[in-house]
Amino acid sequence: MNYLANLQLALPEIWLAVAGLALLMIGVFSGDRATRIVSWLAVAAFIVAGAFVVENSPARPVAIFSDLFVVDRFGDFMKLLVLAGSALSIIISLGFNEREKMAHFEYPVLFIFATVGMLMMISANDLISLYIGLELQSLALYVVAAFHRDSLRSTEAGLKYFVLGALSSGLLLYGASLIYGFAGTTRFALLATQFSAGGMPSSIGIVIGIVFVSAGLAFKVSAVPFHMWTPDVYEGAPTPVTAFFAAAPKIAALALFVRVLIGPFGQLVGQWQQIVIVISIASMALGAYAAINQRNIKRLMAYSSIANIGYALVGLAAGTEAGVQGVMIYMAIYLAMVLGAFACILCMRENGRMIEGIDDLAGLSKTQPVLALCLAIFMFSLAGIPPLAGFFGKVYVFLAAIEAKLYTLAVIGVLTSVVGAYYYVRIVKVMYFDDAALRFDRPIGASLSAVLTATGVFTLLFFVYPAPILAGAKLAAAALFPG
Amino acid sequence: MEHLPILSTVTFLPLFGAVLVFFIQGSPEVVARNARWTALWTSLLTLALSLLLWFDFDSSTSAFQYVERAEWIPVFKIGYHMGIDGISLFFVLLSTFLTPLCIISSWEAIHVRVKEYMIVFLILETLMVGMFCALDFIVFYMFFEGVLIPMFIIIGVWGGPRRVYAAFKFFLYTLLGSVLMLLAILAIYFQMGTTDIETALAFHFPREMQLWLWLAFFASFAVKVPMWPVHTWLPDAHVEAPTAGSVILAGVLLKMGGYGFLRFSVPIMPEASLYFSPLIYALSVVAVIYTSFVALAQDDMKKLIAYSSVAHMGIVTMGIFALTPQALEGAMIQMLSHGVVSAALFLCVGVVYDRMHSRLIATYGGLVHRMPVYAFAFMVFMLAAVGVPGTSGFVGEFLSLLGVFKVNSWVATLGATGMILGVAYMLWLYRRVIFGALTKPELKDILDLSPREVAVFAPLIVVVFWMGIYPNSFLDPMHASIDRVIGQYNATLHASNGETILAQLLH
Repeated sequence: MNYLANLQLALPEIWLAVAGLALLMIGVFSGDRATRIVSWLAVAAFIVAGAFVVENSPARPVAIFSDLFVVDRFGDFMKLLVLAGSALSIIISLGFNEREKMAHFEYPVLFIFATVGMLMMISANDLISLYIGLELQSLALYVVAAFHRDSLRSTEAGLKYFVLGALSSGLLLYGASLIYGFAGTTRFALLATQFSAGGMPSSIGIVIGIVFVSAGLAFKVSAVPFHMWTPDVYEGAPTPVTAFFAAAPKIAALALFVRVLIGPFGQLVGQWQQIVIVISIASMALGAYAAINQRNIKRLMAYSSIANIGYALVGLAAGTEAGVQGVMIYMAIYLAMVLGAFACILCMRENGRMIEGIDDLAGLSKTQPVLALCLAIFMFSLAGIPPLAGFFGKVYVFLAAIEAKLYTLAVIGVLTSVVGAYYYVRIVKVMYFDDAALRFDRPIGASLSAVLTATGVFTLLFFVYPAPILAGAKLAAAALFPG
Repeated sequence: MEHLPILSTVTFLPLFGAVLVFFIQGSPEVVARNARWTALWTSLLTLALSLLLWFDFDSSTSAFQYVERAEWIPVFKIGYHMGIDGISLFFVLLSTFLTPLCIISSWEAIHVRVKEYMIVFLILETLMVGMFCALDFIVFYMFFEGVLIPMFIIIGVWGGPRRVYAAFKFFLYTLLGSVLMLLAILAIYFQMGTTDIETALAFHFPREMQLWLWLAFFASFAVKVPMWPVHTWLPDAHVEAPTAGSVILAGVLLKMGGYGFLRFSVPIMPEASLYFSPLIYALSVVAVIYTSFVALAQDDMKKLIAYSSVAHMGIVTMGIFALTPQALEGAMIQMLSHGVVSAALFLCVGVVYDRMHSRLIATYGGLVHRMPVYAFAFMVFMLAAVGVPGTSGFVGEFLSLLGVFKVNSWVATLGATGMILGVAYMLWLYRRVIFGALTKPELKDILDLSPREVAVFAPLIVVVFWMGIYPNSFLDPMHASIDRVIGQYNATLHASNGETILAQLLH
């Protein structure tokens, strides 16, 4: 394949990288005055990149740049989610950053670079390109975590994230080197053929390699037992950054997780399935139980994201096409719910000061009925109560688990979801049953209201016409299972 | 059918009304007034439409009627499929019948957040009706589980002092049961490749799988019914819920469990139903006798009626799993009767609660002197609850116990004991609240039923006597459907026994 065709297939990534550099230039020359413009331009860049993704979507997977990079429907689906997550995160940050005096033009630019990294992760077709994408993403994320540089909590969050992130990258790299050492290649396609029927039997070195790579990726998706950083970073990072962390990087890392385990190691499902099952159960259980006693809503959302990753991993544990499909549907719905929930959290201001206590939401249904209704919708949806969107996410991962005969996993999963329902519903209880404590500042701002409306309507009315997303996920999942 | 989608109209009309109420603006009084009237007219219109269902119902067939199908999630072969047969028809009517009464009864009792209250109630009606009409597992589950949200809010926002505890207990208990059913539904889907209930009714699942599916469905329905020992959420929820909440809870939500057993457990898992019927008998007998004793010891009227609900539903579950035509029809009538009678009893409690703000039996006494009309209404429902001939309760209990007796006379005998205890606690309750001397000074000025309250009780009294004196208008439409359930059950058992015998011979 000639280079021009290669470049064309990688157009979304190239476009975003170029757009990031251009916006950086605009910022450098006009300073922080240009932050708002740069932010909106960044959103526009994400939209254009999304258009390129749709435009380029090939019917069959195409590997380019000497097999380092693959473009397929699975990647395109996940890329669209990531782009949507990044764009919405920038939109909900606007007001917050201006109020908190952290409206610097680097902020949207860093988001763009992080997103480029995520797109590369999703399209990685080689252990090397996987690592490069991952690091590009992570480095940008470390910086945005500490973006509120005058705040002790924010810098602590950034540092913590960096140290533990570097450790996990090390684990992953170590695993990758073991795999290379024992298999003799880093390319996913070659690895897959080696392990396929009649190929090389898996050696213990390969298995250890897979374990290390999985550990590194589990860190990135914040699955138990590699979740320790999550509550602290979520709590410490500026709220819109937390929203971003909970949305886009999670989706990208999970997509990578799926691609690595299903692609090159798809034939070794017997080796990694137990790991994923254990991680999944532990994440669901810890996410459910540890969140019960949280008083800070950002920490609660951190545990909630751990539990949610647990549910998504149920789909991966199945290791089937239905499982991958479940993961994708789950993440699409999760994206809307989590961004909506964080948009609500961003509305929790009193006299210009952000508040994060769950008890501060008391009586919100009387003071701000619409906001309370939105948050209630997100909470019931996260709890998986039909007819809200979150229910469908859970249905499809559990369907995959049942299909793969992982009954124990499915039963544990639904039982922990009941435990989880307790703390989600507790927020509804605080808003609806308790008497008003605080009056939040109004108005909440046009951009936040727009995001709230969009995500709220999506979550509430998903059931009316779910077919497009479900059908899209089905097509996309098929891309990972050729033949 | 080529005519207008009447089931969907009945189902979603209240939702439409809820949307209308949502957009009502103005001063608080205006909003409250308009919300009440809009909700009332919506629910009355829904009732009228649902009565049309009954008039046009073809009693000669067991097939589903008014069937509607639409594509919903074609990729997964999940469709929007609605339809009713003789079993679901009356539950739909029960829901649409009780909702306007609830709205009237909360006319003055609810004075905070009236608009929200009416919205939640109308949404609840949509979910209840939809649940009884759904013929696709996923659609069914969405309605079944969706009920939790409005009920949680009704208990939690408009409930009594311990409402938060009760709301959580209700929510988590029922959710825990339901999620296991969800897994069973997914397993069924995986086995059949579709979630269509009609397909499932004709499908034969392997015996081993049936046992697991049955247990999963049982987890959900047993909590909903509720059966002993998972009934403990019910007294709490009833005591704390506002009157209309208790009415819907006792009147309709408990029936979801019975309906589920009748619609899913028995026809889809016949071998498992036979296998587990001793378990159901045991739990039902315990429920009938134990909760009757517990009811005797209560000093809170609502709690007493709540425990009596558990006992009455025990008769229903033993009737369903006796699997004779009489028992099944008895269980159906018993459910309908209980739906009307217990709803009415909660409304009776609500009447005096609105006046005195106490549910304790000790607060009252001698009400007959000041409230003769109330005493009459209460008496009718009390007698119906204990199953006096001529009232609806008699038909239900008699038929159920008759059916059970044919299968297992011990269970029937013990069940009948529960009825005697039922007479004891109901008469004693009535004696303490209504009769005796009116000695308490705060009761001296208590007012009798207002015209609005009479309007609530009159239709209930009519239905109680109608079902008691001429039950055929209710039994006729359900005959064919019940016969199909029984016939299918016997046929499957026959076939599978044949198979086992054949298998034994071959080996």
